[in-house]
Amino acid sequence: MARTLSLSSKPKKSASPSKKKGVRPVITKKVTKAPAKTANKAPAKKAAPKKSDVKAVAAKKPAPLSKAPKAAKVTKAVVKPAAPVSKVSKTSTDWSKDPFNAKLKPAEKIGFLREMLRIRRFEQQALKHYNNGAMGGFLHLYIGQESVAVGTASLMNGKDEIITAYRDHGHALAVGMGMDECMAELFGKGTGCSKGKGGSMHFFAPDKHYWGGHGIVGGQAPLGMGLAFALKYKGLKGCAVAFLGDGAVNQGVFSECLNMAALFELPVVFVIENNGYSMGTSLERSSAIRHSLASRAEGFDVDWSLCGGFDLYELRANLGAVMEKARTKFRPHVLEVSTYRYYGHSVADANAKKYRSPEEIERYKTECDPITLWEKQLLKEKVITEAGIEKINAEAKAEAAAAADFAIASPWPSEESIFEDIYHEVDHQTEAGQTGRHFFSE
Amino acid sequence: MPVITYRQALNDAFAEELSRDENVFLMGEEVAQYNGAYKVTEGLWQKFGSKRVIDTPISEAAFLGMGVGAAMMGLRPVVELMFWSFAYVGLDQIINNAGCIRYMSGGLINVPMVIRGPANGGTNVGATHSHTPENFLANTPGLKVVCPATPYDAKGLMISSIRDNDTVCFMENTLLYGDLGEVPDGAYTIPLGVAEVKREGIDVSLIAHGRAVLTSLAAAEILSAEHGIEAEVVDLRSIRPLDEETILNSVAKTHRAVLVDENKPFCGVSSQIAALLAEQAFDELDAPVLRVTALDAPAIYSMPLEKLQLPDAQVVVAKVLSSF
Ligand SMILES: Cc1ncc(C[n+]2csc(CCOP(=O)(O)OP(=O)(O)O)c2C)c(N)n1
Ligand SMILES: [Mg+2]
Repeated sequence: MARTLSLSSKPKKSASPSKKKGVRPVITKKVTKAPAKTANKAPAKKAAPKKSDVKAVAAKKPAPLSKAPKAAKVTKAVVKPAAPVSKVSKTSTDWSKDPFNAKLKPAEKIGFLREMLRIRRFEQQALKHYNNGAMGGFLHLYIGQESVAVGTASLMNGKDEIITAYRDHGHALAVGMGMDECMAELFGKGTGCSKGKGGSMHFFAPDKHYWGGHGIVGGQAPLGMGLAFALKYKGLKGCAVAFLGDGAVNQGVFSECLNMAALFELPVVFVIENNGYSMGTSLERSSAIRHSLASRAEGFDVDWSLCGGFDLYELRANLGAVMEKARTKFRPHVLEVSTYRYYGHSVADANAKKYRSPEEIERYKTECDPITLWEKQLLKEKVITEAGIEKINAEAKAEAAAAADFAIASPWPSEESIFEDIYHEVDHQTEAGQTGRHFFSE
Repeated sequence: MPVITYRQALNDAFAEELSRDENVFLMGEEVAQYNGAYKVTEGLWQKFGSKRVIDTPISEAAFLGMGVGAAMMGLRPVVELMFWSFAYVGLDQIINNAGCIRYMSGGLINVPMVIRGPANGGTNVGATHSHTPENFLANTPGLKVVCPATPYDAKGLMISSIRDNDTVCFMENTLLYGDLGEVPDGAYTIPLGVAEVKREGIDVSLIAHGRAVLTSLAAAEILSAEHGIEAEVVDLRSIRPLDEETILNSVAKTHRAVLVDENKPFCGVSSQIAALLAEQAFDELDAPVLRVTALDAPAIYSMPLEKLQLPDAQVVVAKVLSSF
């Protein structure tokens, strides 16, 4: 695991501001919508883990979110984990006035809340059954990050395409996949969205412009570029949004993609969902950075910016602008979104409480929860009432419970289906599909 | 019929398909302005322009993956690998993405892409440039693997591969690019999964693919002239799908099989054929199934020794004689 690497290698320099004095260039050129504010308000970094005892250090040293003053001393402006809202809001723009938000109708705003709540209740329902042993595999929960998928889906224009990694339930529901088919897939049932052949990490809905759901870290990045390539090739006015994690940016293929996306002027937006951790490795233990993860794009002449992902308005404003730029100007962009996951890397993540403190998680829940923030916002705008929220919440819960019932009642895939969906030509019984032997088991 | 090179036959196939279907495009390192590292795509950029014939940076993982993404959207990328050996830095894209996405999406997606380039040893360039991955790519259900031996087959199989709705790994051979053969003008297809008996015989079946077919044909001539043995040469042409019927028919006729394979012996293509014969031709066989494969070591640089590493006609002859 990556952990052993950092244990045996040099102690991180990030905790030593003096060494970094004057090193960090002030990169403002391509930062749109003033996201630098978010970055500069990043919480103080944890001290470097001692070579000898990473676990202990990690446990003892939660990111001290509330000790804002320290932030001023941090020379590395890392977006992870984003500053709690109370710290950000003082300096933040009022994103509700942004052109991407100003004309939103109340029904749309309520719709966003419904989508976020549906994702959360869906996953909580799934978690329950996972813990009961009703499903296997991995279950990477998106809880805490819902605003990112919902905000993105709300910006898709009918020609835009999206693709993500294995933490894919949120994106799936946000683009309109049904809870039933998604839940059934988790259970490995034949009624699942991939007929029980993909599992949690591999949801797809091409008809909804959703191309997965990919289990290999970073492997989806060039696919996203290919979606953008196809859009441009066909002359369609859409863009591709390719999501990846803060850990995935360290895959070589992502750097290759930045170069090629710039070279070919592709309408692709890479969204780094920076939740601060790749499995049990915090950002500072996985990534050497000068300013941010996104700023690596600078070296490839790719535009980049940072944005907070907790406030739907902020996400929509920032992402909306860069998607539009990609569509119209064929400029790729890297947008780093600060977000946070509450659960372990996957439910099977036995170390969930070791690499970060319960206090840290709690603080995010209370100060940064995207659903709570959105509810407060809508209440403030008088778009919805407490009762209205409760109604939507209850509906989402009921829908998730019904989805679980559906999944449980659904049949397993048939044995014959093992050999279906491998070759298009075979499935369609074309001449090509019936020529020669395609499968070599009895 | 016009006599052209294997290289030209491929080039003609691309020109046919680029003209026929606007979703077809070529990409890879040096394929456009440089005319291709092995000149297989020569002149196509001038003819079809930068939209259809695209130079890429040296980023196999990224451009293979870009091909997969574009193919998911309905385009038909023909992606050149300067050497198939270089696929290894992008295998994730080939195996996990091109190979598995259809399955993992429950059939919602298909990836109509051709990945092509030379996959052969014997060119004095050392191990890293001499790999023959047909065996392990054929080991991935979801991928198809084609290895043409002649100019005629190269063109017909390439056109079929481009029109195929699944990902085809098309393996050429730098040593064959200059070979001449009769090739019709215009488009024609050779179905994947159909082997061809390249020489009729009654005494032994030599079963091969790619350049080993030519080695087998040469061995068959020696066997006939010097030993009175009439060997039948079966050219697999495509590894997956595999034409088992032609193999079994041939062995039912000759009752002997010698497998000639430039792949390595361990879990190589010949291993699969041997398993097939053991399972389905046991009663037909008058002698054990024998194999002549690449020697089981990384490709050596030194020229005379490298020649020893690949099957040649004399070794095949000796192996055949040992079976009688
Ligand atoms: C190529 C590859 N290496 C390792 C893994 C195991 N793995 C799965 S997720 C993960 C962490 C990725 O973290 P990040 O990119 O930040 O995404 P997040 O889980 O936070 O959404 C690792 C190491 C994998 N799936 N693929
Ligand atoms: Mg992460």
